[in-house]
Amino acid sequence: MSDTHGETVRFVRETMLPEREPPTSQVGLLGWGRDNLFTGPFNTIVTIVSLVLIGYLLAGLLPWMFQSVWRADSLSECREIATATWGQSEGHACWAVIRERWPQLLFGFYPSELYWRPILAFALLIVAVAPVLFPWASNRLLAVSAAYPFLLAWLLWGGSIWGPVMVAAGFAILYFGVTLLSGRIGALGALIVAVVAALLWWLFAVGPVAGELARLIPIGLEPVESRDFGGFMLSILIGVVAIGCSLPIGIVLALGRQSDLLIVKALCVGFIEFIRGVPLITLLFVASTLLNIFMPPGTDFDIILRVMIMVTLFASAYMAEVVRGGLAALPKGQYEGADSLGFDYWQAQRLVIMPQALKISIPGIVSTFIGVFKDTTLVSIIGLLDPLGLTNAIRADTAWNGVYWELFGFIALLFFIFCFGMSRYSMYLERRLRTDNH
Amino acid sequence: MTTLTDPPKETFRLGMLIYDTRYRSMTIQVVALIAFMLLAAWLISNTITNLNTLGKPVQFGFFTETASYDINQKLIEYNNQDSHLRAAFVGLLNTLLVAALGCVTATVVGVLVGVLRLSPNWLVGRIMTVYVEMFRNVPVLLWIVLAMAILIESLPAPSAFRGDDPSSTMKLMDSVAFTNRGVYIPEPLFTRSLGDIHLFGASPVRFDISLDLIAFVLVLGLSIFAARKISARARAVQEATGVRPRTWHVNLAVIFLPTIALLAALGFHLGYPALKGFNFQGGTHMRNSLIALWLALSLYTAAFIAEIVRGGILAISTGQTEAAGALGLRPRRIMSLVVLPQALRVIIPPLISQYLNLTKNSSLAIAVGYMDITGTLGGITMNQTGRELECVLLLMLVYLVLSLMISAVMNFYNNRVKLVER
Repeated sequence: MSDTHGETVRFVRETMLPEREPPTSQVGLLGWGRDNLFTGPFNTIVTIVSLVLIGYLLAGLLPWMFQSVWRADSLSECREIATATWGQSEGHACWAVIRERWPQLLFGFYPSELYWRPILAFALLIVAVAPVLFPWASNRLLAVSAAYPFLLAWLLWGGSIWGPVMVAAGFAILYFGVTLLSGRIGALGALIVAVVAALLWWLFAVGPVAGELARLIPIGLEPVESRDFGGFMLSILIGVVAIGCSLPIGIVLALGRQSDLLIVKALCVGFIEFIRGVPLITLLFVASTLLNIFMPPGTDFDIILRVMIMVTLFASAYMAEVVRGGLAALPKGQYEGADSLGFDYWQAQRLVIMPQALKISIPGIVSTFIGVFKDTTLVSIIGLLDPLGLTNAIRADTAWNGVYWELFGFIALLFFIFCFGMSRYSMYLERRLRTDNH
Repeated sequence: MTTLTDPPKETFRLGMLIYDTRYRSMTIQVVALIAFMLLAAWLISNTITNLNTLGKPVQFGFFTETASYDINQKLIEYNNQDSHLRAAFVGLLNTLLVAALGCVTATVVGVLVGVLRLSPNWLVGRIMTVYVEMFRNVPVLLWIVLAMAILIESLPAPSAFRGDDPSSTMKLMDSVAFTNRGVYIPEPLFTRSLGDIHLFGASPVRFDISLDLIAFVLVLGLSIFAARKISARARAVQEATGVRPRTWHVNLAVIFLPTIALLAALGFHLGYPALKGFNFQGGTHMRNSLIALWLALSLYTAAFIAEIVRGGILAISTGQTEAAGALGLRPRRIMSLVVLPQALRVIIPPLISQYLNLTKNSSLAIAVGYMDITGTLGGITMNQTGRELECVLLLMLVYLVLSLMISAVMNFYNNRVKLVER
């Protein structure tokens, strides 16, 4: 190097210069601001306009939210306190209504001495879904998950324990019938026999046996009428049941829609497209007026149960389409690979297809869940007291006549927390289950 | 000695219906069909028995009876002496009105928000994210009743406009009045009107179409057609000679002059609302229920559309933008010629289902008292006549047909913009 350049270049640097700090306008808050907020005149104007807008909104909202009245017995008292404190009654929230009606917004008209039952049911719900949601939860908790639907019904509605137990016994008959008989008369035969036996049990034996047992060994909780249910308890109840039942039904419908069996496919397509073509509110009208007409004369089953059935059917049609998307996205090689391993249809579905298809459809499944949970508010239209229905009931009280924003804001906030939480969880789940190399 | 030539002749056994895969699919299908028919028969027989017990067998005669209820927001002429069928038709038109208004607004807002969410300006991106998450995670019914409450509680009563020193004034050069009874906007009037066509005589689905409107649409359509022809000629000239003739002033004249001439010939003027007595008279009255429903549905759906648009734009790889830039296209043309046509392919199918959702969600009108088909056929008519089965089934049928029609139209459009693959 020095040989060739020695004559022409007088100075060759032999050490590296120490690294200099970047100019102050390029780093820190200032640099970030120049890059993101004030690049060019147009962006600067947009930023300033946005800041003014945000400032204007917050200037209106923050005093309303925080210069507020928490202790009062009526809206007029709220206004008096606000006038005494800040000189005017307008522009100050009256959170006292939330403070006073808080239990009602959560539980509706559920008897207050029995609040422990929905709370316990909700706590058990967390235990029951833990093995599904979190990898660190023990699989032994799955027993709780299996027993949970019956516990839920018993805790919320009360009454004798034997009803739910006997209904659960039907599922036990189904399970043991399939496992014990399939060795002798083949899988399909065992399934048919078990289903028929379970159906007979549910239709004819559950009532008398449960009644007899309740007479002999009376274990029970104080019964609660369905019309006392309300608030977020009702929303969560309907949402959880619809979410829990719609996934399996949706999977079956999606498989039916993808199958080669013409009649099965036509039935599934017809069901899915019919349900997706009508608004939920018409299905709720069916629940409130028609479902009893469809049943044998004299049947009068519970309005909440009817609503849960219709919401479940509604959700499963949407779920079926989401799962079908996942099935269609799966490469054909996966189906052929499963076939070449010698799996039969159900084995292939269970071990190869479904785990992958469901993983692909997680975002869709969760957004369907969120949609169902939000749609539970529609039950207020057919007269059930979900949080939105309760706002009318609360306003009907003369003390709180005219209170809108506080109630709506509070309900919106709770829904936001639930739904936003679910969508964040789905992102976490996607990351956790990602097995490719990205 | 026997030779092994033919396989032994199979005899059909009953077990093969279950264990032989050739026959099993048939067995399953037949069983499914029988089960379905049994279920349907059971439900129908229950229904007939129950309805007979209640003493109201299925019949649709009640549709010709007098409805005897009023509908305050209506597109066609209707009074409470008209039949239930007429009321249902008014409701159907109201549903279509709010669905059309909502779809247009939701698309405009949604596309804007979706593009702005990708803005390089950090603050704008965050504001749009907050908007999207806020609307997506709160039930639409809550937004509807909230919008209604805001309109009723925060807007002034008509009486506030009265007097020498009114506390409220009409906006937009004294042409629009925002009151807690609704919004009054100017209506188009014609001094030399061509009159109306009366369609369907005296039947319940009769309605009038203004000939002025038809003439206007016709002239505007022809003008736009002519303008497009001129543009096509300009393009041909450009391809032949490389120089594009200036056409925008000709196009502008071709589109606007005939339309303005027509409006002048018809004697077009605006009828302004004015306060008379206790309320505003004249102009077009949009009730708060319609506005609340329209606003809430479009803002709610726009949040979903924004996400779809954002996803569609992000789905186009940056290589496309860079390649277009390398060809020397300007950013605006890159967007319109390269990115958007490809993004549309991704955007349109989910957009269809958002339009369907909006139309179905418009049934929540019943919560704010807007008389759409759910409010008339599924609301007052059902409660007055007690014909739950007929009304609900018909209501479902109407929505089903609406949904199928929307998806047919949008699928047609989708097939046109779809990238043609080999």
